[in-house]
Amino acid sequence: MINLETPRKFEFLVSQAHQVATEIFRPNSRKYDQAEHSYPKELDMLAAVIDGMNEGGALSGAGAGSVGGNGASNGAKADRDGNRNGSNMASLLGLIELSWGDVGLLLTMPRQGLGQAAIAAVANEEQLKRFGGKWAAMAITEPEAGSDSAAIRTTARFDSETNEYVLNGEKIFVTSGDRAELIVVWATLDRDAGRAAIKSFVVERDNPGLKLDRLEHKLGIRASDTANFVLDDCRVPAANLLGSPEIEPKRGFSGVMQTFDNTRPLVAGMAIGVARACLERTRELLSEAGVEIDYDAPPFTQSAAASEFIAMESDWEAARLLTLQAAWMADNKKPNSLQASMAKAKAGRTGTDIALRCVALCGSIGYAEGDLLEKWARDVKILDLFEGTQQIQLLIVARALLGKTSSELK
Amino acid sequence: MPDLAERGMAVGLRALNRLASNPLIDRFGLRDSAERVLHEASKATVRTATRAGRTFAATQKLSKPARQPRVGRSDLFDLTPDDEQQMLRESVRDFALAKLRPAAEAADEACAAPQELLGQANELGLTMVGVPEELGGAVAERSAVTTVLMSEALAQGDMGIALACLAPAAVSTALSLWGDADQQATYLPEFVGENVPAAALAVLEPRPLFNPFDLKTRARRVEGGFVLDGVKSLVPRASDAELFIVAAALDNSSQPGLFVVEPGGTGLSVEPEPAMGVRAAATGRLILENVKLPSGALLGDPDAFAECVQLARLGWCALAVGTAQAVLDYVVPYVNERTAFGEPISSRQSVAFTVANIAIELDGMRLATYRAASRVDQGMPFAREVAVARRLCAERGAAIGSDGVQLLGGHGYVKEHPVERWYRDLRAAGVVEGGLLV
Repeated sequence: MINLETPRKFEFLVSQAHQVATEIFRPNSRKYDQAEHSYPKELDMLAAVIDGMNEGGALSGAGAGSVGGNGASNGAKADRDGNRNGSNMASLLGLIELSWGDVGLLLTMPRQGLGQAAIAAVANEEQLKRFGGKWAAMAITEPEAGSDSAAIRTTARFDSETNEYVLNGEKIFVTSGDRAELIVVWATLDRDAGRAAIKSFVVERDNPGLKLDRLEHKLGIRASDTANFVLDDCRVPAANLLGSPEIEPKRGFSGVMQTFDNTRPLVAGMAIGVARACLERTRELLSEAGVEIDYDAPPFTQSAAASEFIAMESDWEAARLLTLQAAWMADNKKPNSLQASMAKAKAGRTGTDIALRCVALCGSIGYAEGDLLEKWARDVKILDLFEGTQQIQLLIVARALLGKTSSELK
Repeated sequence: MPDLAERGMAVGLRALNRLASNPLIDRFGLRDSAERVLHEASKATVRTATRAGRTFAATQKLSKPARQPRVGRSDLFDLTPDDEQQMLRESVRDFALAKLRPAAEAADEACAAPQELLGQANELGLTMVGVPEELGGAVAERSAVTTVLMSEALAQGDMGIALACLAPAAVSTALSLWGDADQQATYLPEFVGENVPAAALAVLEPRPLFNPFDLKTRARRVEGGFVLDGVKSLVPRASDAELFIVAAALDNSSQPGLFVVEPGGTGLSVEPEPAMGVRAAATGRLILENVKLPSGALLGDPDAFAECVQLARLGWCALAVGTAQAVLDYVVPYVNERTAFGEPISSRQSVAFTVANIAIELDGMRLATYRAASRVDQGMPFAREVAVARRLCAERGAAIGSDGVQLLGGHGYVKEHPVERWYRDLRAAGVVEGGLLV
């Protein structure tokens, strides 16, 4: 039966995540926006509490790290038609609430990095045991290769004497790269062999060959550290290669890319959370200014501000429902690459659009640092960039609709 | 103040216009063909009395009005229609693509839907979905979702003919939702029978910034009933309709209400009002001058009116979603096959991204529409969800219509392809109030 409401069984999870957002994220929002690169110690206690709750399931689905991980058992019982609302939707709903609180702090929650999603997707049993539950960051982007991840130049050479891989290259934009315990590094076994030669390697943060070059100063999400590394003869045990060590032209890369089908809706969810924060605050301020929003009256018979607000809410709703659709499909094992990218494209651009319009609607209150609106407008922009830019999502959507390969539609 | 030259030009243009519209020109064979003239004449503003239709009479008395029960709250997020909905949607879509689409261009031109198609559409049970089973309805529970799915599927064939097919269903659903025992007993049997009457829900009025909650059409309470005055705009199948439901403000208050109006009486007339799009629905104006109605003509309470406006908007959303889907399905093969500069135009990002954005916005429109409809069925508040769906369908829908033409370039602007019609039709979703009901 068609129903697009939040499942009742996740209401408790949502309310708990909302409490964390209200009680811990919001009060620290401005502090760590201003104190970029200082460690938000308040999150350590929170992370410990979440670890403790993990078995209980309430917040276990609320962090990005639980994708395909331990949140999976969270009430994934199907109804009589075989319909499931499981860990993908639970994670998404939790993330929306936490991002409503502060997306920068969310991104630097201990042990919740996106690296765990990559590990969960391709690790074997032994690796899961060794790496599971640790704070893992992803190192994909290089100075010369962003969205075109097939073009990465970091090399991995196998040293048969020591049974180690030796990594050399440069990695930039590593979210939580300084604070994480593990860095999942993408490197190529053979630069001439294309995508199939690209493998992911788990590097311990304290590996002496992994040298922190610098931390970025950013437009937003300043609570979250963004690290640049140089890999200088960085040696990792052969057992730290995730997936198959063989160069298989058919597989390999696609496995890594499929991680995105699960993580893109989550990043879309972050944009939805930030945009909702903007809408709620703007509505409060507009209502104090005497603007009434009437859902029954046609847009042209209301004030321009009210009409603008309903227009923003409409796009927000479209983005939110597209994202829920992608997560629901993942829970029901339906292929969702297309819907994941549609959700990410719509939510990414809508988030930025709403945040900037809300700043304009609220005037100097929106633009000044006395309120959080200007911060949210800076934070939200990253969500239309990482995990695939707007343009990359449109490429994926267009190729799927038009039946084109990446060489036919560049 | 325009200068003399400008005023002179305006006078000259006015004269030219008068000359061009002089019927003598046609008599002397100065215009292209008699066929064209005849065609124009059929769309001219000739005001006629409404046609007296069948006599509606209750064959059996009801002790109380019948209502479809609600389905109740659902616990899980789910985008899969139930088996019955899937079956209905598929049969309607097959019908729409096989019958409506091929007839669409001629129906648009003629400002009328073929009678044969309207009859076949009735056989699909469109007017029975919203009617309680004990009164001959087809679906056990109240299901706005089912009507949305069927309307969307129908519009994939053609929006104008879909509107013509669905107009009587708006009236049967309104009577089912808000009619009292007498109104249901009198009118509903005809809508579940073999020969479904043409009927229309008339809400819109001809003026800018129209607001259905601020009506100019007035109903005065008089001895033994009401007297109605006002003008209703873009009423589907206005000339053929054998029954109207008319929105009017009661007793000079701003309180709007719905009135059941049988045509044929004094003071009621119609005139054709062909528009930019949805022409196959034979839209017209309904003019009410001192129309006397019995006291039993008032339908539902004040809450019913707000609900009626919202459910009508949802009906337009469903048509916009179906039409936008038709645009997407049409442009994909076109941009893949059309070559320029030695390769398919779809190999260019500007073209490919336009297609991607049509799909993204269309899916957003569809999901917002489904959510609102599902809240209706579950008995949850839905005013906000309808407003959001309508805004998306009005704005994104019209943009999709425009992109459809744009992707075909000059070919999109000529009638050889249906995209120019969809461009015209999709604008309706943000303009029209009433006419449909889910």
